[in-house]
Amino acid sequence: MSGITVLDVTKRFNGFTALDDVSVTIPEGSLTALLGPSGSGKSTLLRVIAGLESPDGGKVLIGNEDVTEQPARARGVGMVFQHYAAFKHMTVYDNVAFGLAIRRRPRAEIRDRVHELLELVQLEGLAKRYPAQLSGGQRQRMALARALAVEPGVLLLDEPFGALDARVRKELRAWLRRLHDEVHVTTIIVTHDQEEAMEVAGQIVVLNEGRIEQVGSPRELYDSPANEFVMSFVGPVNRVGETFVRPHDVELSLEPEAGSEEAMVERVVHLGFEVRVELLRADGERLLAQLTQDDVEQLELEPGQIVHVRSSRTKTFA
Amino acid sequence: MGYLSVVVLLPLAALVWSSRAGGLSVFWHEATRPEAVAALKLTLGVAAVCALVNAVAGTAIAWVLVRDRFRGKGIVDSVIDLPFALPTIVAGLTLLALYGPSGPFRVDIVGLIVALLFVTLPFVVRAVQPVLIELDTEMEEAAASLGARPLAIFRRIIFPNLLPAVLSGVALAFARAVGEFGAVVLISGNIPFKTQVSSVYIFGQLQSGNGSGAAAVSVLLLVISLGALLAIGGFRHWRTRHDRV
Repeated sequence: MSGITVLDVTKRFNGFTALDDVSVTIPEGSLTALLGPSGSGKSTLLRVIAGLESPDGGKVLIGNEDVTEQPARARGVGMVFQHYAAFKHMTVYDNVAFGLAIRRRPRAEIRDRVHELLELVQLEGLAKRYPAQLSGGQRQRMALARALAVEPGVLLLDEPFGALDARVRKELRAWLRRLHDEVHVTTIIVTHDQEEAMEVAGQIVVLNEGRIEQVGSPRELYDSPANEFVMSFVGPVNRVGETFVRPHDVELSLEPEAGSEEAMVERVVHLGFEVRVELLRADGERLLAQLTQDDVEQLELEPGQIVHVRSSRTKTFA
Repeated sequence: MGYLSVVVLLPLAALVWSSRAGGLSVFWHEATRPEAVAALKLTLGVAAVCALVNAVAGTAIAWVLVRDRFRGKGIVDSVIDLPFALPTIVAGLTLLALYGPSGPFRVDIVGLIVALLFVTLPFVVRAVQPVLIELDTEMEEAAASLGARPLAIFRRIIFPNLLPAVLSGVALAFARAVGEFGAVVLISGNIPFKTQVSSVYIFGQLQSGNGSGAAAVSVLLLVISLGALLAIGGFRHWRTRHDRV
C-alpha cells in the first residue's frame, strides 16, 4: 500500500490540453474521488497514474518511487473500468486468476486466492460462468476482484458504476465503502457525480478544464467552496448577481421581514420529504428554494402567490 | 430455406446423381486413378499451405489496417478486395508472366501457391478486421495493469478473441483454394503428377469426354470442402461458447 504524488503533470491530445500542470497528493490508505464534468481531465489523470497514458511533462510517484517512466504492468496498480473490461473469453475464475497466472504462482495458491476474493465480492458459486452470463453489477464486482487479486498498492476506479442502473449503483457505492474499510488499499475513484463522490470518498479532488479547483473533504467542499465552480458543482445553487446561495438556505415567509424581498411562486414540486419551490423575483431573476413538506403545508404555497424571500449563508467570490 | 435449396442443394444433388451413373465401382475406379489421386493430393497440400499462410498474413494485414496509422491506408484497405473484383483468370494471366515458362521465375508449385494466395487473400483479412475493430482495447489495458507483457496480452487476450474470425476466414480460403480454377489453369502447367490440381484435372476429364471421371473427383472435392467447413465451424462454435448465454 502506498500514497500517490502527482507533480506538475501536463498532458495534451492533439493540441487539446487535458491536464494543465496538475499537482496533487493522495494519502496512503485513503479513498479519494476525482470529481469533475466530462472533459475536465479526471479520467486522464487516473490513466496517467495507472501508466496507460504517458504525461507530456511532470512526474508520478507511487510510494516514494518515481514511476513516470515505468509501464503500467510494473506499477502495481489495480484498474477497474467503466465498461468492466471483462476478459469475455474467460470464466469468472480465470478472469480473477489472470494476474496471478501471469506471475506464474502455484496453482493451489491461485485457487485459494481466487476463492477468497470471489467470497469477498460475493460471487462464490459463479466461478464457472462467463462474463456474458453475469449482470452488470456482478461483472463490475468480478473486475474489482480481478484488480485486487494481485494485491495492488493502489486501486484505480474509472467511473466504475457509470454503466449501472441507479439502484445497483447505490448498492455498490455502499459496498465499495465497506470494502475499503476492510481492505484499506489506497483507492482513487473517478466520477462526475458529486453525490457519489461525497458518499464514498474521504477526500475529493475537484477538476475543471484540466486544472484542480479544490481539494478537501466532502464537508469542506460543501461548506467552504474555493470558488464559483466548486460551489455550483458540489450541489445545487442560486445565483443572484454576484451572490450565491444554496436552495436550502432560502427562507420563505408570508409577511415581509427584515432584509426580505418579494417573489412570486411559479411552481411547487413535491419530491417526497423535500419540496422544491421555483420563484420569480421582481427583478426577473429566478430562484430555487428547498423546503420540507411541513414548511410548505404551513405556508400553504400555491403557484401565483406572492411570498417574501430571505437568504442566509450567502457567498460571494472575488 | 427454399431459396437455399434451389441455389445450393439442387446443383449438389445433380452432381452426386451424375457421379453415381456408372455405379459405385465406376465411381471408385475413377476416383482412385493415380492421376486423380496425385492431383487431389497436390490440391489439398497447396490449399492447406495457402490456408496457413493466409491465417498468419491475413491476420497481420488486418492488424496493421486496424491498429496502425500510415499514409495511404485507405488505398491499401480498398486494394485488399481486388482479388474479388478481378476475374481470377486475369490474375492467372498476370502471374503467368512472372512464373510461367517465359517468366523470370520458373517454379511451378510456388507459382501455383502464389496464385491461390492471391485469390484467397481477402478472406482472412475481411473476417478478422471487423472483430479487431470491435475488440475492447480496455481488455488489453486491464491485462497490462495486471502485469501482462505485450506478448502475453496478444497470446492470452487478443488472439483467443480473434481466433474464431481467423478460422472462418481460413475455412473460406481453404475451400476456395481447393476449388479454384481460373487463377491456376494457366499457371499449373497442367503436367499430370506434377502441377495438375483437381479442378484442372476435372476440366481435362470433361474435355476428353470422361464425364464420370470428372464427376467422381468433383464429388470428392465437394466432400472434402464440406468436411473442412464443418470441422472448422464446429471448432469455432466451441471456441465462442462464452458468447452464448
